[in-house]
Amino acid sequence: METKAFQKIYTKITQITKATCSLKATGIGYEEMAFVHGRLAQVVKIIGEDVTLQIFSGTEGVPTNAEVIFLGRPPVLKVSEELSGRFFNAYGEPIDGGPEIEGEERQIGGPSVNPVRRKQPSEFIPTGIAGIDLNNAIVTGQKIPFFADPDQPYNEVMAMVALRADADKIILGGMGLTNDDYLFYKNVFDNAGALDRIISFVNTTENPPVERLLVPDMALTAAEYFAVDKKQKVLVLLTDMTLYADALSIVSNRMDQIPSKDSMPGSLYSDLAKIYEKAVQFPEGGSITIIAVTTLSGGDITHAILDNTGYITEGQLFIRKDTDIGKVIVDPFRSLSRLKQLVIGTKTRADHPQVMNAAIRLYADAANAKTKQENGFDLTDYDERTLNFAKDYSDKLLAIDVNIEVDQMLDIGWNLFNKHFEPAEVGIKQEFVDQYWPKN
Amino acid sequence: MEKTNKMTKGTVAGIIANLVFVEVDGPVHQNEICYIDLEGTKLMAEVIKVVGTQAYVQVFESTRGLKVNDTVEFTGHMLEVTLGPGILSKNYDGLQNDLDKMEGVFLKRGEHTNPLEDDKKWEFKPLAKTGDVLEAGGWLGEVKENWMPHKIMIPFKFEGKYTVKSLTDAGKYTIHDTIAVVTDEKGKDINLTMIQKWPVKVAIKAYKEKPRPFKLLETGVRVIDTLNPIAEGGTGFIPGPFGTGKTVLQHALSKQAEADMIIVAACGERANEVVEIFTEFPELDDPRTGRKLMERTTIIANTSNMPVAAREASVYTAMTIAEYYRAMGLKILLLADSTSRWAQALREMSNRMEELPGPDAFPMDLPAIISNFYSRAGFTYLNNGESGSITFIGTVSPAGGNLKEPVTESTKKAARCFYALSQQRADSKRYPAIDPLESYSKYAEYPELEEYFRENIDPEWPEKISLARDILIRSREVSEQINILGDDGVPIEYHDRFWKGEIIDFVILQQDAFDKIDRSTSLERQKYMLNWVLDIYHTKFSFESFEDVGSYFKRMINQMKQMNYSEFESDKFKKNEKELNSLIEERKAE
Repeated sequence: METKAFQKIYTKITQITKATCSLKATGIGYEEMAFVHGRLAQVVKIIGEDVTLQIFSGTEGVPTNAEVIFLGRPPVLKVSEELSGRFFNAYGEPIDGGPEIEGEERQIGGPSVNPVRRKQPSEFIPTGIAGIDLNNAIVTGQKIPFFADPDQPYNEVMAMVALRADADKIILGGMGLTNDDYLFYKNVFDNAGALDRIISFVNTTENPPVERLLVPDMALTAAEYFAVDKKQKVLVLLTDMTLYADALSIVSNRMDQIPSKDSMPGSLYSDLAKIYEKAVQFPEGGSITIIAVTTLSGGDITHAILDNTGYITEGQLFIRKDTDIGKVIVDPFRSLSRLKQLVIGTKTRADHPQVMNAAIRLYADAANAKTKQENGFDLTDYDERTLNFAKDYSDKLLAIDVNIEVDQMLDIGWNLFNKHFEPAEVGIKQEFVDQYWPKN
Repeated sequence: MEKTNKMTKGTVAGIIANLVFVEVDGPVHQNEICYIDLEGTKLMAEVIKVVGTQAYVQVFESTRGLKVNDTVEFTGHMLEVTLGPGILSKNYDGLQNDLDKMEGVFLKRGEHTNPLEDDKKWEFKPLAKTGDVLEAGGWLGEVKENWMPHKIMIPFKFEGKYTVKSLTDAGKYTIHDTIAVVTDEKGKDINLTMIQKWPVKVAIKAYKEKPRPFKLLETGVRVIDTLNPIAEGGTGFIPGPFGTGKTVLQHALSKQAEADMIIVAACGERANEVVEIFTEFPELDDPRTGRKLMERTTIIANTSNMPVAAREASVYTAMTIAEYYRAMGLKILLLADSTSRWAQALREMSNRMEELPGPDAFPMDLPAIISNFYSRAGFTYLNNGESGSITFIGTVSPAGGNLKEPVTESTKKAARCFYALSQQRADSKRYPAIDPLESYSKYAEYPELEEYFRENIDPEWPEKISLARDILIRSREVSEQINILGDDGVPIEYHDRFWKGEIIDFVILQQDAFDKIDRSTSLERQKYMLNWVLDIYHTKFSFESFEDVGSYFKRMINQMKQMNYSEFESDKFKKNEKELNSLIEERKAE
């Protein structure tokens, strides 16, 4: 526990709730950190001499005469190259048995980047998954979440994306990870021999939920260090942001705030934006790309967490199981990468945008044909062909086990068009048809 | 609001996030601006409530580290913007700080930068003469700002009539040089420079009258211009669930719309989208002037991670700048993305002040605030007989895509055009995803505008539009029937009817915002293509089976899409048109 000389110790707590306590104190700065009964806490409200502190690990067992020591600073993280390969808790303390980090103390949750100093993201991050690279290409400096039901293998997919993506550092912010998932990440990174470029801040389900609130800021402060100071390409993985938002609602509830939609605090949008907007392409070359996981229940995207996230992030990736082929796919309808336009057709082959759109349109036709079929109607020849196309498309391109180059994905697309359709049915610019339509 | 000699001071008494309670030693005004001293850094804040000797202020920046008893200085004025030459091409934050003048990659707290250039010399040309009697907003002279004539006016704050006593000669002056001396009604002389200040939350009313809009504002977006036109000086809004192409549509409008000046208020939205504007606009050619688009654009950027309170201010800052340029007789297009974020900023504050909440925890007066803001747009006749306009299009981000939420409902009452983005259209990649039938433009029914269409586009334009709408409605109806009864459960002509609607959808409504040619369509060309699809509608075709119908129309659509992708009336265009003609001959019934 860090203490300094001449610190005033308060011992008279006037109020205790489940997550906060209040006391009389003077000269306290807003958002200042403190120890209450040996637990880390942060100032969330000051009215005159009444100071309210949020205790991250909860107030169970805190006595009214507990020692309260103010640290005179907001939460900080020590940053240096030593962070690489290490595992930390939500406070930035090592949990891997290794030594303390030596380095410069940086305030977490620091200021935002001046929008005119940002650079337009322009570097394609290939992942080998066609559902992402072909339909929803990801770009450095982008922020994009996976929207997935809890039973989907989102942690596996994210780990796969992280390892395949070309990044100098991968920073994992785990919030409410089960111990099993935590060990899964640890193993995967270890086995890939990538541990030295990975830094993890982990709050597991065994830790108090409010602690999670620190995890994204810790992870992103480390990310800013590597992206700004070291000009590196940093990939930040945040899982699971739904549990983060739940922690926000717990705190706001304890603070007697009026909840807005779905019992979430009215500031949810700003709170999430503050995190996601740390994704940036710096002019000097470094970048922070954020890939997050937001779990949803029963595919309900109208829930406040999903909804606000969707408005903040640059798209979203839906993963679901396609029962026709028995594989997990990246859903082409609900998934979207807003920054793909910056790279597809320019950084990738020129026919990329048109092949992508045509395939999705045909896939939509197949969905209509399927509805027709389910309602017991006869299918036209075209309907039959779209259904066959959809099956191939799902299997050869959308499935997450695909691992190929973009050019190959495009060629597969053309082959599938040729196999099932006439050029006029596909509706692609003639010049591309002339160039790429397979000559039989 | 008069400046008093002794400025009120105060001390911080309490802090909850960006709401700060200040104990004051003198009078304070509602909405007055004050600066809180945090170890030498001046945090800007606005009074939003007063209780006894305590002023509740919302701080425009992070309050981290702020302490009770920190000192506060009040300024005696509301949040104001500085108006003068040099606003064009600027990137401001919500409080009109010039973002390009800030140092470093990260925003620093308490950093305020000059919105204009103190030393830059402008080529001034007098317009008024000695002895002229002018009112607020009256033109004294002009300077060339980029290519635009920027009028130097009698300040909007001035009341009554002013006689021009002297006017400087044509020449180069800075914004601080005196360019005119005017005499007020009491005989007092006042020196005027090129700049003036105005409080953003108050509408500038320096015009003679605000008639009903009567002209079309061309946007190059077919589903808007042809089916749901917006008038110059009109208001519209685009609600849409995320991922339906709201931002792409707004960018298309800002690039193509026929306006002298574009103001983009990026309010609480993604920083990378603003960066896209920053990066692209300086490169994009302005089709109207042949220069760069950025030269007639001003951007107010308050992205979602920037302080919440300044987000609210940003839309007002943008509107005030628009009103200033409108008073110069210019056509302004103001885009705000998104007004929902602004409403959420209001909600966060109202929540912290523990006000009784209205629907969805929004403040009770939200509808009034929104309609008040929309009413600041409009077409105006200025006092000197010239005209200027602000066309305002706001986006709304309805929570959960639910159009019954308070922000959408309040906006629906205020805006005259409604561009409904449909999730279903977006899912099937039918972009722009504006639902042609859900959307409406009240302007289309204005007799003033109807007359304008007949004169300027086609004498039968209104009838053609209503026919196109009917075709779409009928197409949608039969498509439902086909879904219920099955393809072979309906007569072949049902398929014919369905596909004639699809042709309008694919050829007119759908437009590729990323294609060089297709992204913007002139009215001439819109008329040409609409006539084409209506001709096809009037043509009788003969089919043996329903299966023929779909594949035949698809070939036709493909042909017409190729036309959309080629330069209007180019050889390629004509070649496709010829092929289309022979395609039609194939199945034309006698």
